[in-house]
Amino acid sequence: MSHENIHEDTVQLAHGSGGSMSRDLVSQVFLRAFGNASLNRLDDHALVEAGSNRLAFSTDSYVVDPLFFSGGDIGDLAVNGTVNDLCTGGGRPICLSAGFIVEEGLPIADLKRVASSMSKAAKRAGVPIVTGDTKVVDRGKGDKLFINTSGIAVVEHNFEIHGGNLQPGDKVLISGTIADHGISILALREGLSFETSVQSDTAALNGLVADILEAGGGSVHAMRDPTRGGVGAVLNELAESSGAAIALREECLPIAPPVRGACEILGLDPLYIANEGKMIVSVAADRAEAVLRAMRSHELGDQAAEIGEVTADCPGLVSLLTALGTRRIVDMPVGLQLPRIC
Amino acid sequence: MKYLDEYRNPEIVGKIIDAIKKTVTRPWVIMEICGGQTHAIIKNGLDQLIPSEIELVHGPGCPVCVTPLEMIDRAIAIARQPNVTLTSFGDMLRVPGSSQDLFGIKARGADVRIVYSPLDAVAIARENQDRKVVFFAVGFETTAPNCAMAVRQAKREGLDNFYLLVSHVLVPPAIRGLLSSPTNRVQAYLLAGHVCTIMGWQEYESVAQEFNLPMVVTGFEPVDILSGVLAAVQQLEAGRATVENQYSRVVRREGNAEARKVLEEVFETVDRAWRGIGSIASSGFRLRSEYRAHDAEIAFEVGDLKAKEPEVCISGLVLQGLRRPFECPAFGKQCTPQTPLGATMVSSEGACAAYYAGGRHRLPTIER
Repeated sequence: MSHENIHEDTVQLAHGSGGSMSRDLVSQVFLRAFGNASLNRLDDHALVEAGSNRLAFSTDSYVVDPLFFSGGDIGDLAVNGTVNDLCTGGGRPICLSAGFIVEEGLPIADLKRVASSMSKAAKRAGVPIVTGDTKVVDRGKGDKLFINTSGIAVVEHNFEIHGGNLQPGDKVLISGTIADHGISILALREGLSFETSVQSDTAALNGLVADILEAGGGSVHAMRDPTRGGVGAVLNELAESSGAAIALREECLPIAPPVRGACEILGLDPLYIANEGKMIVSVAADRAEAVLRAMRSHELGDQAAEIGEVTADCPGLVSLLTALGTRRIVDMPVGLQLPRIC
Repeated sequence: MKYLDEYRNPEIVGKIIDAIKKTVTRPWVIMEICGGQTHAIIKNGLDQLIPSEIELVHGPGCPVCVTPLEMIDRAIAIARQPNVTLTSFGDMLRVPGSSQDLFGIKARGADVRIVYSPLDAVAIARENQDRKVVFFAVGFETTAPNCAMAVRQAKREGLDNFYLLVSHVLVPPAIRGLLSSPTNRVQAYLLAGHVCTIMGWQEYESVAQEFNLPMVVTGFEPVDILSGVLAAVQQLEAGRATVENQYSRVVRREGNAEARKVLEEVFETVDRAWRGIGSIASSGFRLRSEYRAHDAEIAFEVGDLKAKEPEVCISGLVLQGLRRPFECPAFGKQCTPQTPLGATMVSSEGACAAYYAGGRHRLPTIER
């Protein structure tokens, strides 16, 4: 469902959740103000021409609280997140910028720790941070540390790889287990502890994407990293942009047992929980097996799975075949997922 | 995952469905009382599996849904006062009051927080003794013991800055009310497993006898719910009307004695209004006089707020099993989880919200 109006007159947290409230805010405020062909596609990056070169350009801001969590910190996220957004079109990321908004009072040691993990993450991804900016705001006017990163990738192929390019018959693949990042943050933030700790999956996927492209070439039709809003929100975006339907199979969704347990306890649906190191790939059926094999051979894709397929009926609809053989619709989430009372 | 997968096993589900098909000979209307069960039925598409003779209707067992609009307005009025921290369970905060919701006033600067337990709210009161900390206590018999323990703890510690805004409701008086209605269609009940974990099922035995109607204490997984349906159909077909326990891995006849004791100590029963249904005698809790100093409704003088429901909403009929969500003209149009008009859409466990989340606004009739 799309809504014609923003019903609230002030911004709420749910406007940043990646669901339909976020989409409404973006389309009714920002698209109205800046709309152009490149932006209107609402992909994770823009494609721009520079002479005879095609470049991908992307930006993202990181406001995670706590700054340090199991499996990573805000610094890893800021590097990996933008690298991943850049390579969803199959581009090769070449450089990043980093902007820091620091709250007065932040220990320098924390800033050093974040810078060090950004440096390591950038080295691991092979993408240098080439320019930056620092601002300090009064105590109470920011939450410890916010980071913005932007980046540029060169697009060295002529394939059509974007969110509006799902084609009926495509297989939908995911590079590994879902919901790990969101649950690791939630567990830490709310002081919930489980028998097995859940680690964030934050990782730069440019190496994996290069392998996917090598195996799939032009048969790879779309890629998207399912961050905010999770797999459910991202598949809805892809289905809507492409005017196609996606049919998922519940039993094929890779979910780590502790994550599944945490979701059961909290009444949350893992399909709507954030990931920071996973890629969804829509690929023509005849190359799906080869792409899946390539993903599984990469260290960041060893749990990769085929989770569904693209169909032509009911444009924009994402549905799920349950393990019991029934069917339900996986709709665009509205706002924040909230723990239920009982 | 142990204790979960065996209750979602497709083979076992298939066998129970076969048994239901063999048992049923005529149409029956069965109501699951609990919103958690409604959610599970739609999420797993169980209504697509059962034979067409059986109609599952969805009861008023979503505590967020049946919380009256006035009560939400009271919570908002309290949260807007200076020096107040208002806490509640997550899904309560999104529910719109007459003109705004708790998340909305949070965005405008009120201190509104999600907690996972009322004892977390007591901890906030302990650490912030210069603030008044209110827990918006919503829920059935399931969550009431935690709230009772929280207020008892606050009293013991002398935390006179801790308050409960009590909106607890009780299941048996609601079932009795629904069954007494001249328009009642329900012929058997699936009772809420979590509520019976606390209260046991003794109090339902007289209801089953009086209304000559089978009742099955039922859990929340597909195998639980379908076993509950099978047990209810077996009783209906055999002309029996007793209380049966499908959820025996959790529920005992006498319930949880400790929890019942603390409820008895802290709360007394009172008439309560149910959103979409109206006032039901002795169907809720309020704090006993010894704990009245912690009663937010008294301390903040918000008792006389009145609110008006949108006229198009048919949630009262949905809650009684007289209409299905997609039979409402506003369903999925003016009324969505983002802009709910009434009781059954406001929480994810309300029947309308469960149908919406299951995509039934886009495909109302998924082939059986």
